[in-house]
Amino acid sequence: MNKQPSRKEREAALEGIGTSRKRVEDPRFTQGKGNYVDDIKLPDMVHGDFVRSPYAHARIKKINTEAALAVPGVLAVLTADDLKPFNLHYMPTLAGDVQAVLADEKVLYQMQEVAFVVATDRYSAADGVELVEVEYEELQPVIDPFTAMDKDAPVLREDIKDAKEVGGHGPRKHPNHIWTWEAGDQKATDKAFKDADVAVEEMISYQRCHASPMETACCVASFDKINGALTVWGTFQAPHVVRTVAALISPLPEHKIRIIAPDIGGGFGNKVGVYPGYIMAIAATVVLGIPVKWVEDRIENLSATAFARDYHMKGELAATKDGKITGLRCYTLADHGAFDACVSASKFPAGLFMICTNSYDIPNAFVSVDGVYTNKTPGGVAYRCSLRVTEAIYMVERMVDILAQKLGMDPAELRMKNMITPDQFPYTTTFGLQYDSGDYPAAFKKAMKAVGYDKLRKEQAKMLEDFKAGKSRKLMGIGISTFTEIVGAGPSRVCDLVGLVGTFDSCEVRVHPTGAAIARFGTKSQGQAHETTYAQILSTEMGIPAADIEIEEGDTDTAPYGMGTWGSRSTPVGGAACANAARKVRAKAQKIAAHVMEVSEKDLEWDIDTFRVKGAPDKAMTMKEVALAAYSNVPEGLEMGLEAVEYYDPPNFTFPYGAYICVVEIDTDTGETAIRSFYALDDCGTRINPMIIEGQVHGGLTEAFAISMGQIIDYDETGNVIGASFLDYFIPTAVETPVWTTDHTVTPCPHHPIGAKGVGESPNVGGVPCFSNAINDAFAALGGVHTQMPHTAPRVWEHAKELGLVA
Amino acid sequence: MIPGQFDYHRPSSKQEALQILGELGGDAFPLAGGHSIIPMMKLRLAAPEHLVDLGAIDELKGVSIGGNVIEIGSMTTQHELLTSSELSQACPIIQETSALIADPQVRYCGTIGGNVANGDPGNDMPGLMQCLDATYVLESNSGAREVGARDFYNGIYDTALNEGEIVTLVRIPTPAAGHGYAYCKLKRKVGDYATAAAGVILNMSGSTCQSASIALTNVGDTALYAAEASDSLAGSDLGDDAIDRAVSLAEGITSPVSDMRGSEEYRSKMAGVMVARAIRLAAERAS
Ligand SMILES: Cc1cc2nc3c(=O)[nH]c(=O)nc-3n(C[C@H](O)[C@H](O)[C@H](O)COP(=O)(O)OP(=O)(O)OC[C@H]3O[C@@H](n4cnc5c(N)ncnc54)[C@H](O)[C@@H]3O)c2cc1C
Repeated sequence: MNKQPSRKEREAALEGIGTSRKRVEDPRFTQGKGNYVDDIKLPDMVHGDFVRSPYAHARIKKINTEAALAVPGVLAVLTADDLKPFNLHYMPTLAGDVQAVLADEKVLYQMQEVAFVVATDRYSAADGVELVEVEYEELQPVIDPFTAMDKDAPVLREDIKDAKEVGGHGPRKHPNHIWTWEAGDQKATDKAFKDADVAVEEMISYQRCHASPMETACCVASFDKINGALTVWGTFQAPHVVRTVAALISPLPEHKIRIIAPDIGGGFGNKVGVYPGYIMAIAATVVLGIPVKWVEDRIENLSATAFARDYHMKGELAATKDGKITGLRCYTLADHGAFDACVSASKFPAGLFMICTNSYDIPNAFVSVDGVYTNKTPGGVAYRCSLRVTEAIYMVERMVDILAQKLGMDPAELRMKNMITPDQFPYTTTFGLQYDSGDYPAAFKKAMKAVGYDKLRKEQAKMLEDFKAGKSRKLMGIGISTFTEIVGAGPSRVCDLVGLVGTFDSCEVRVHPTGAAIARFGTKSQGQAHETTYAQILSTEMGIPAADIEIEEGDTDTAPYGMGTWGSRSTPVGGAACANAARKVRAKAQKIAAHVMEVSEKDLEWDIDTFRVKGAPDKAMTMKEVALAAYSNVPEGLEMGLEAVEYYDPPNFTFPYGAYICVVEIDTDTGETAIRSFYALDDCGTRINPMIIEGQVHGGLTEAFAISMGQIIDYDETGNVIGASFLDYFIPTAVETPVWTTDHTVTPCPHHPIGAKGVGESPNVGGVPCFSNAINDAFAALGGVHTQMPHTAPRVWEHAKELGLVA
Repeated sequence: MIPGQFDYHRPSSKQEALQILGELGGDAFPLAGGHSIIPMMKLRLAAPEHLVDLGAIDELKGVSIGGNVIEIGSMTTQHELLTSSELSQACPIIQETSALIADPQVRYCGTIGGNVANGDPGNDMPGLMQCLDATYVLESNSGAREVGARDFYNGIYDTALNEGEIVTLVRIPTPAAGHGYAYCKLKRKVGDYATAAAGVILNMSGSTCQSASIALTNVGDTALYAAEASDSLAGSDLGDDAIDRAVSLAEGITSPVSDMRGSEEYRSKMAGVMVARAIRLAAERAS
C-alpha cells in the first residue's frame, strides 16, 4: 500500500489561501497565446472604422458619403440619420445621461464619432474614412470647466437643454450644469470652521488622465439572422451589464444576446462603460448579417474613450492650534466632458467621495460637487480605484500636509494625532460609512520605522542647508500618505448600476465525479489572475487542489449573473460568493460522507481535504472520494450531484488601508525628479496569494507614479486634445519605474467570509498623494505650498522658478 | 494608424535605387530603417506612392576610419554605430549620442542616413553632425555632390536634398586625439526625443580651451550650430564666467516651440543647462 501523504504534503497539494501559487494565466500570456478580441477571426468578418470630428464644438451641415462608398471594399457608411429610425443614435450611459452613438447634428468634442465605415478589410475601411466629407460650422467651445456655467456660455447639450435633471440627481442650475451632489452636515462644519484656531484652503486639481490599458477598446459582433441571436465578443469588464443594457435598448430579448469577454489586456476602469464602437459594430452586423469587428487605435483610445479624474477640489481643513482636525470642507468642480458617462453607482454621482475623511477622526465634514459639461471627451471612470476615491484621498492627503506646514508641525505627527484608533472600530465616519477593521497607528509606526523617518528628515535638512549655501542644486522631499480605501461595491441597498441591478456578485461551483471541479463567476479578470486566486479560495474551502479547479468568467451564456470587475470588488464580493458557494458544496459533501461512512453528520470533522470521524481519525473520506459518492451513493432525500450557486450581496464595503512613504530628489536646474525610495505597507485583510498581491501593488504603484509624475490628457483653448499618443502620454518603462519596497499588516475584514478586503487599487489611491506630497515637501521649507500634478520636469522647474530658486 | 496605399521597391544596388528614385521623382520616398517614415505614414501625415527600400544595398553600409576622416555609409544602423570598436576609439561622442536615441528596437533598424536626412528637429544626429562639422555625400542619377551638415538644414522637414537624391555617405573629420566631448540630452523618458540637447567638442591645451564646437538639438526649426557660443570659449579657461557666457549665447539662438516637453522659456533654458553640463563633462574628459 502507498504511504499516506503527510498533512503538510496534502496542504502543499491544495495550494490554498496564503500560497504564492504561480499564476495559471501566465503560460498563455507570456507565450503570446492569450485569446484577445483582436485574435477572433470569423468567416466573412468585416471591419469598421470611425470618421471622427476634428472640432470640439461644431454644427454638422452636411455629410457626403459618396466618395467613401466608391472605395473598393467599402460596404456601408452609417451616420446618425441611419440610426435615428431605430432610436439608436443615442445610448444610455451608466450615469443616467445619454451619449450620442454618432453625432447628431452637432459634434461636442474633438474625435467624437461622426460616421462608421464598414469594409471588407481594415485598409479599405481607413481609406473610406478619409473620403467621407463632412461640412462643419464651427461653434464656440467651452474648454475651461470654470467657465461652463457662465451666463453667456454657449449651450452644449441642445438635446437636453430643457431637462430639469440628469440621472435623477436634482435640479440643474445652468444648461451646462449636470447635477449638484452634497453630503455631510454643512451647518456643523461651518461652525467648526468658525471656531477653528487654524484653517487652510487650497485648490487641489486632479488632472484629466486616462487609464490607457494596453489593449484598446474593441469588439466583434455577429448577428445570426436565422435564429435572431446576437453574439458580441468584447473587452468588457462587466459583460452581464452590457447584455442587460443591450436587451433594454434593442428589440432583441436578453436570451438571444450573448456577451463574451475573452482575455482582456487591462481595463483599469476604462472598459466598464459602453462605447459607440460597440453599438455600431452591433448595428452593422444586424444590417449586413455578417460579423463586424471594430478595434480602436491608440490615439482613438486615449482621445475618445473614457478619461479619468478631472476633479478640481477646493479643500479646506479646520484645526485646533495643537493640530486636532475639527472640520473638513471641500467644494469640487467636476469636468465630465460632453456627456455624463461617468461610471458610478446610480445614487452616487460623485462616487464614494465621502471617503475623504480618510483614516482620520474628523468630527465635521461637508462636501459638495458640481458636475458640468464641457467640449471634451466624456468619461469619469475610476482608473484603478473605487469611484472617485483616489480624488478624495488625494485632496485630503495634500490638505493634511498643507495644514502641517501651516501649524509648523511634522506631517507624520499631525497624522498620528488625528488617526482613528483601533479601539474605535467598527468606526462610523461623520458621513455614516462604517469602517470594518484596522489598526492605522500600528501600520504607520511600522512604516516610519522601516524607512528610518527621523534620519531621513535630518538628511533632508542637511541637503536644504547645502542648497541654501549654494553648494548643491538638489532638494530632497519626503512624501507620506496614510489612507483608507473603500472598495467592494457594494451592498445593493445602497449601490446599483443603471438604476436596475444591485452590485452583488456570484459564483457557481460544480464538482465532477473524479473530484475535479469547475467554477464560474460574474466577475471578469483583466489581468488580476482570477483563475489563480479563486481556485485557491475554493481549494481551501472544499479541499480540492487548486490545480484541479477550472475557473471560467466572461461568457454570459455560462457564467452566473454578476456586476463584473471594477472598484476592487472581485475579492470582496466575487471572492465571498466563491467561499460561500464552496461552503455549500462542503456542507452537502458532509451529508454524503456521513451517509457513506454510516455515521452522523455531527460526528465528522473537517481536516483540510478529508472528513474524519471524531475519535476515529482513520475512518475518513477525502473530498475526492465524496465527489464520486455524490454521483452514485447519496442519502435518501438528497439530490445527486455536487454543486452550488451563491449570489453574494455584501453587508458593507471593505476598507483596506495602508501607509506609504516616498523619498524624492529634485534637480532644481531641470526640474527632473528621481524617486530614491518608495515603501508601501498595505493591509488588505486576509492575503490569498501574497505573490499576486505584491504584483498588484507593484502595478498600482507604477500607475500612481505615472499619474502623479506625467499623465495628462490636455486640451488647448480651441479644444484640440493634446498629448493623446504614447509619444507624450507617460507610460513609464522599466527604466523610469522606481524600485518598490512592499510590506504588510493583516487585519481581516470581519464581515467577509474569508476576511479579505481587496488590494488592486490601494496602491493607486495611496500612491498618488505620496508622490505628490514628496514633491511638494521638497519645496515646503522654501515657501512652496502646493503645485499641481502631474509633476513633470517643466512644471517642477516652473514651481522652483516661482519660488525664486532658479536664475 | 492605417497607412494609405503605396508600391514597394527593393533595389539591390545603389545604381538601381538612384534610377528608380530618379524615374519616380517626388512620388517616391527612400525607405531606410523606417522608424520615422512608417509612423508618419500610419498617421497619414505622409502618403508616398512609392517606397524605395535601401535595405538590400550593401555598399551603403559600414564604418571606415582612415587618416583624418571617418566615413559612415548612410544605411549603417544606430546599433552598428554603437558596436563599432573603431568608432569608440576615434569618435566616442557618436556612440554617446546613438545610445540616447530611442530604444534598442528602434536602434536595430534606424540608420544614420535616415536620421540626418529626415529633417525632423527632434533627431539627434543632425546636431551631432553639425558639432562634428560633418559632410554629407548626396547622390542622384545625375551625379554626386557634398553638402556640409551645417548648411544642410533649412527648416522643419526641409533640407538641401533634391528630388531623387539620397544621402549615401556621412564624412566626419576625425576629432583630434585627446579631444573632450559630451552629448547631454534632457528627455522625459527613455525613447523620447530631446526636450533640449547639446553636443560639445573641445580641444584643450593645458587648462586653456583652444577651440570648441557646440550644437543644439530640438530647440529650433532645425538642429543648430552655436557658432558664437563655440567661438566664445576659444582661449578661455572654461571657468564659470566663460561657461555662463557660452550658455547665454547658445540660449540666444534657440526658438523652441511650447509643447508637452515644456514652454518656450523652459526649453530654451534647458538648452543652456545642457550646454553647461556638456562643456563641463567634455572638459573633464579632455586630456
Ligand atoms: C519610439 C521612437 C523614438 C525615437 N526617438 C528618437 C530620438 O530620441 N532621437 C532621434 O534622433 N530619433 C529618434 N527616433 C527616430 C529614429 O531614430 C529614426 O530611425 C530616424 O529618425 C530615421 O531613420 P530611419 O533609418 O528609420 O529612416 P526612415 O524612417 O526610413 O526615413 C526617414 C526619412 O528620411 C528619408 N531617408 C531615409 N534614408 C535616406 C537617405 N539615405 N537619403 C535620403 N533620404 C533618406 C526617408 O525617405 C524619410 O523621409 C525615434 C523613433 C521612434 C519610433
